Amino acid sequence: MHVPDGFINAPVSVATGAVAAAAVAVSLRGARRELDDKAAPLAGLVAAFVFAVQMLNFPVAAGTSGHLLGGALAAILVGPYTGVLCISVVLLMQGVLFADGGLTALGVNISDMAVTTTVVAYVLFRLLVKVLPKRRSSVTAASFAAALVSVPAAACVFTLIYALGGTTDVPTAKVFTAMVGVHVLIGIGEALITSLTVGAVIAVRPDLVYGARGLAKPLQLRTADGTTVQVAPQAAAPAAARSTRKVRIVGLVAALVLAGFVSYYASTSPDGLEKVAHDKGIDRKTGQHAAKDSPLADYRLKDVSDARLSGGLAGVIGVGATLAVGTGVFVTVRRRRARAVLPETETV
Amino acid sequence: MGAGHAHKLYRHARSPVHELPPHCKIAATFGFVLAVVATPREAVWAFGLHALLIAVVAAAARVPAGFLLRRLLIEVPFVAFAVLMPFVAQGERVHVLGLSLSESGLWGAWNVLAKGTLGVAASVLLASTTELRSLLLGLQRLRMPPLLVQIASFMIRYGDVVTDEMRRMRIARESRGFTARGVRHWGVLATSAGALFIRSYERGERVHLAMVSRGYAGTMPVIDEVTAERAQWTYAAALPLAALAVCLTGWMLT
Amino acid sequence: MTDAVPSLEVSGLAFAYPDGHQALFGVDLTVGRGERVALLGPNGAGKTTLVLHLNGILDGGAGSVRVAGLPVDKRNLAEIRRRVGIVFQDPDDQLFMPTVREDVAFGPAAAGLRGAELAACVDKALSLVGMAEFADRPPHHLSFGQRRRVAVATVLAMEPEILVLDEPSSNLDPASRRELADILRSLDVTVLMVTHDLPYALELCERSVILSNGVIAADGTTRELLCDEETMRAHRLELPFGFDPRSVAARPATTGGR
Repeated sequence: MHVPDGFINAPVSVATGAVAAAAVAVSLRGARRELDDKAAPLAGLVAAFVFAVQMLNFPVAAGTSGHLLGGALAAILVGPYTGVLCISVVLLMQGVLFADGGLTALGVNISDMAVTTTVVAYVLFRLLVKVLPKRRSSVTAASFAAALVSVPAAACVFTLIYALGGTTDVPTAKVFTAMVGVHVLIGIGEALITSLTVGAVIAVRPDLVYGARGLAKPLQLRTADGTTVQVAPQAAAPAAARSTRKVRIVGLVAALVLAGFVSYYASTSPDGLEKVAHDKGIDRKTGQHAAKDSPLADYRLKDVSDARLSGGLAGVIGVGATLAVGTGVFVTVRRRRARAVLPETETV
Repeated sequence: MGAGHAHKLYRHARSPVHELPPHCKIAATFGFVLAVVATPREAVWAFGLHALLIAVVAAAARVPAGFLLRRLLIEVPFVAFAVLMPFVAQGERVHVLGLSLSESGLWGAWNVLAKGTLGVAASVLLASTTELRSLLLGLQRLRMPPLLVQIASFMIRYGDVVTDEMRRMRIARESRGFTARGVRHWGVLATSAGALFIRSYERGERVHLAMVSRGYAGTMPVIDEVTAERAQWTYAAALPLAALAVCLTGWMLT
Repeated sequence: MTDAVPSLEVSGLAFAYPDGHQALFGVDLTVGRGERVALLGPNGAGKTTLVLHLNGILDGGAGSVRVAGLPVDKRNLAEIRRRVGIVFQDPDDQLFMPTVREDVAFGPAAAGLRGAELAACVDKALSLVGMAEFADRPPHHLSFGQRRRVAVATVLAMEPEILVLDEPSSNLDPASRRELADILRSLDVTVLMVTHDLPYALELCERSVILSNGVIAADGTTRELLCDEETMRAHRLELPFGFDPRSVAARPATTGGR
């Protein structure tokens, strides 16, 4: 699902870039609460794992292939905020080291594969864990369902982004059918791997599963002769109960920004869009979009030769704006973070 | 254990490109890709010039053409995708050798292929002239939030561990007569994933403990301070500026 | 043997892992400055768990740990980690930088040393373990014994109050084992050595404690403990075939300590 350069037009790229930057910024703040000095390497491992898993392309059907996304796994193992960061780092490194997914398409890729999967999976996971009986098998089952749903959800978001800013002449309906169809299948693979991994980890090292924290037994003191005394339990880290409201708000804002931005551009300068769009990543799955009755078909122009220059400018401006927004957010957050973190640095 | 050791993409050499500070190189790569992406797809010659720029940098970095080309193979999945596009895209059809192809699909394919390849080439050059550790230092110096740098550096460290453990587990599996062939064995592989995760984590955890025990607090201590001089920035900026010139010319001529 | 402030004071330490497994059930242990103490015990006795409490990597249970009088808690972690040098069992876990020099410099640099001061500190630590001429080699090109010595150097560079060694003699050939013993004996620092290698404990440490089932089950001179067959059997400790602690000539266990 890695979108290549030139696949999504500039305005949408910029909009998703802003969404991605905001999501990463929020996650950075949230992750401070999720991460202690043991969780940082865990986050790194999750990232490495997702990295490896995303490189496994497996054939799905009709000559197409897909890869796992890993958002659900990340969210469940390290928490939603850190999960977003993990997948974003994976996407960034894939872009920088392997050119997998265009550098200028980072915004689309992060919004789609990091934010969507993580948020969808985590919200669903928490709901299920709340509803299901408090057992370890419930956590495994919940992670299965969360992963299963998160992948087609990302496919839907991809289709939405494509409908808003796709640069190729493949109709949205076809894209939707193909993407969601394929990703339901991939979702099953993802669900299997996610639940098996979570299940295996929870059996051996439940302390590593963010979604299952908070089950500590009281300590005992044993004297040399073998008698034991109970110790009042210390306040166990109540990591489990965390509001996902912020995550949801970010998702909402993201959707609004996207919608607003895109419709503005789509209605005011329909011709410029097409050409401009050369700035997103590549994806195998998108390869099979077929085109048909797209609801947005009118917004997209076939080949508008006279709009080229304006299109190009828009592209450049768009990409620049993505950068500016992203950098701005990062710098602000970083400053604030640096200040906030200072008093506790020695504990990190 | 692979923290800062050379990674497989890295190619050791002494060259002006290797010696540039990492943050300059990252910025230059990014600028180059931006310029490439902004180049109009109709300006076919412009992509030739971009490729030439890459070739010049590769020569300066003493990266042999064969090495670069082999690394480009990573792009193959995208090529497959691009090849499909002319068949599925809509729009006017052109007929080549009896095949009915979509014209815009062809342009789309060319667009993705050309820009993708150049992007990959630029990234490969960056990766083959910069050690991972410097790459991370560079990102850090480019103001990437420290938490992201930290996750990235652990990710890279664990990358080695995961590969290594994967290899050991495969050897263990195969010495008991199991080879993965096709869908039937997905179950076994999927079960391995959980075990792989824990094994990798516990191995990496020990490294992390060792680091924490020696005062690691989230950032690698800077032992050799690298600062970029103005001359180095200028030098690094040559690539994106040249690409930008090509890009702008492309817009004016097409 | 006990100066005003002991190097290490552990009292009432209990700890359970988040998975519910309790590893320590109230450990009390005091190690005086300059002492060399062997921590013996069967597999799963909680030795590693105890070690990880000494520099605050694990916490959250009951009881307390003080290093040279300074309590191990979140506020003091940086200083504690400077004072407690842990040498892990597998040097490959400990050595993660591209060259020996950078690896040894990691700790002091994290503590803020720079430039000539840093270089001097690194050189000193490396020459203490006799590895000065390997400073620019990548650690994974060294032999196992050399890597363990570098691992010791990485910790010595921090000038710790107490050196904690986890299985220092494991996987070493006899010559490397003896070289390491010579190095340890030459250091003027408090040592806590976790080991299954009972002859090594006898050779290096005057005093031994046995950790069994999460508590200190015995504490005494190494020679007496090793000769006490009943205690040894009760805690699954066995001497190597043909080794008789009574027959080993008493040798000066320390040059630095008492």
